[in-house]
Amino acid sequence: MSILRHHKKIETHATLLLVLSFLVVTIGGIVQIVPLFYLENTIEEVDGMRPYSPLELAGRRIYIREGCYVCHSQMIRPMRDEVERYGHYSLAAESMYDHPFQWGSKRTGPDLARVGGRYSDEWHVQHMINPQSVVPESIMPSYGFLMNRVIDGRHIGDMMTAYARVGVPYTDEMMENARADFLAQADPNADHSGLLERYPGAQTRNFDGQPELTEMDAIIAYMQMLGTLVDFSTFVPDPSR
Amino acid sequence: MADKTPENKVSPPERQYPDPKVKLRQEPPTTGHSWDGIEEYDNPLPRWWLWIFYATIIWSVIYMILYPAWPMVNRATSGLLNYSTRAEVAAEISRFEERNQVWFERLLETELDEISADAELQGFAVNAGASVFLAHCSQCHGTGGAGVQAAGYPNLLNDEWLWGGTMDDIHQTVRYGIRNEDHPDARWSQMPAFGADGLLDEEEIDQVVHYVLRMSGQQDYDADAAEAGAEIYEWNCASCHGDDGGGDYFQGAPALNTAVWLYGGDYDALWESVYNARFGIMPGFAGRLRDAETRAVAAYVHQLGGGQ
Repeated sequence: MSILRHHKKIETHATLLLVLSFLVVTIGGIVQIVPLFYLENTIEEVDGMRPYSPLELAGRRIYIREGCYVCHSQMIRPMRDEVERYGHYSLAAESMYDHPFQWGSKRTGPDLARVGGRYSDEWHVQHMINPQSVVPESIMPSYGFLMNRVIDGRHIGDMMTAYARVGVPYTDEMMENARADFLAQADPNADHSGLLERYPGAQTRNFDGQPELTEMDAIIAYMQMLGTLVDFSTFVPDPSR
Repeated sequence: MADKTPENKVSPPERQYPDPKVKLRQEPPTTGHSWDGIEEYDNPLPRWWLWIFYATIIWSVIYMILYPAWPMVNRATSGLLNYSTRAEVAAEISRFEERNQVWFERLLETELDEISADAELQGFAVNAGASVFLAHCSQCHGTGGAGVQAAGYPNLLNDEWLWGGTMDDIHQTVRYGIRNEDHPDARWSQMPAFGADGLLDEEEIDQVVHYVLRMSGQQDYDADAAEAGAEIYEWNCASCHGDDGGGDYFQGAPALNTAVWLYGGDYDALWESVYNARFGIMPGFAGRLRDAETRAVAAYVHQLGGGQ
């Protein structure tokens, strides 16, 4: 076949091979990726999603820093057993402000996509300090040191700027109040009206029971909001998606 | 330098040549390419491999016809099978729903305390409740329901109850939780923090703790202090915990005259309980589980051992 004869030219010409391989991979990539940005059935807007509040965002950074994702996924797959155990399967929109997302199917620990509100704050504190004290069969290591790491949110505005640059819609107002919101969320006596207006559904209390604001407060604030933003009692899934 | 004369060279052993009469496997042809004298055999691909390769190409075409594949203007082609993960999981769930429906209806129709009289229904409720328990309750109450001693997670296997151990009591606790701010029907009790709020001084707390140690049948207490604590107990504690320390389900006041403790029964734990009080929280499951499931898990907990 003559066309195969010409293929020899590519095979024996390193630069040509490189350029043409790059072209092929580019076309393949475009065909696979680009439609995801415009197809109706890959974009689903759901009510209730909002960017993370400053304290939740800090908790999320701690979650990533400590490598929680190595054992825990945040993606309930659309399978009956997972839906029965963890709740409604995750929607893509629920990760829309996640950078990076926490999907996965390798679970050493349980999925955490809907862990919010499932346990009390005290349970979380106790579980972080000594997981085996509440779940004897657990192999999770202790994260009790989070209780001792006091945080003051001095860089949280910069963090939010970074997230805004990658597309999280933090408004100027959110930026201006970043640190105040950060401190207010874990302070039961603070005025929460602004915080709740900017971040509807944010939970405000002293999460770890200590007077200081620590990393434990942040990570529990994050845990307790996971999967709670979308109201699934009113959500109707479009089966074609 | 070694001597290189031919006389000193060690001759190699005589080579064994193959018998020229035996037909060797024919040398395969080469591709004709030559790089620095290195040539490439032009062997055919193994047949099994080649046919599998062709089969996968054919399969990929079939797959693209049957399943969602090509992105079009607004959405991807849906494929002849019209497959969707969401539709599949919804169908699978509803298949199980249908099979359970008759049981769920029976659970909802039957009065809570009559479930156990219906052996068939009780069997369903206990099994369904057990799986609900493992998914939603075991993290605090333990996989077997034994709780976490002295950490505030009650043991569900014994006869001691905070809010009562009848089917109705258990069911209400499961549905609305304890100190759950999201629901007005949640169980709610508020023991004063006698020390932190300045209701009792430290000496009085010490005395009342000794009194409770004595009341609960422990040996290690100070008799004089316990005697003095009796009056303090009567004035401050008895209205909820009862004169004899029997507790009160209605107010969620635990019994103090047994060996069962939610936060530990030694001196230090009791001191802490009196000084700062304890406020355990249990989430409500009314919105999380369907009604039949909360009834099933109540039936499961009720038959664990302590049901009243």
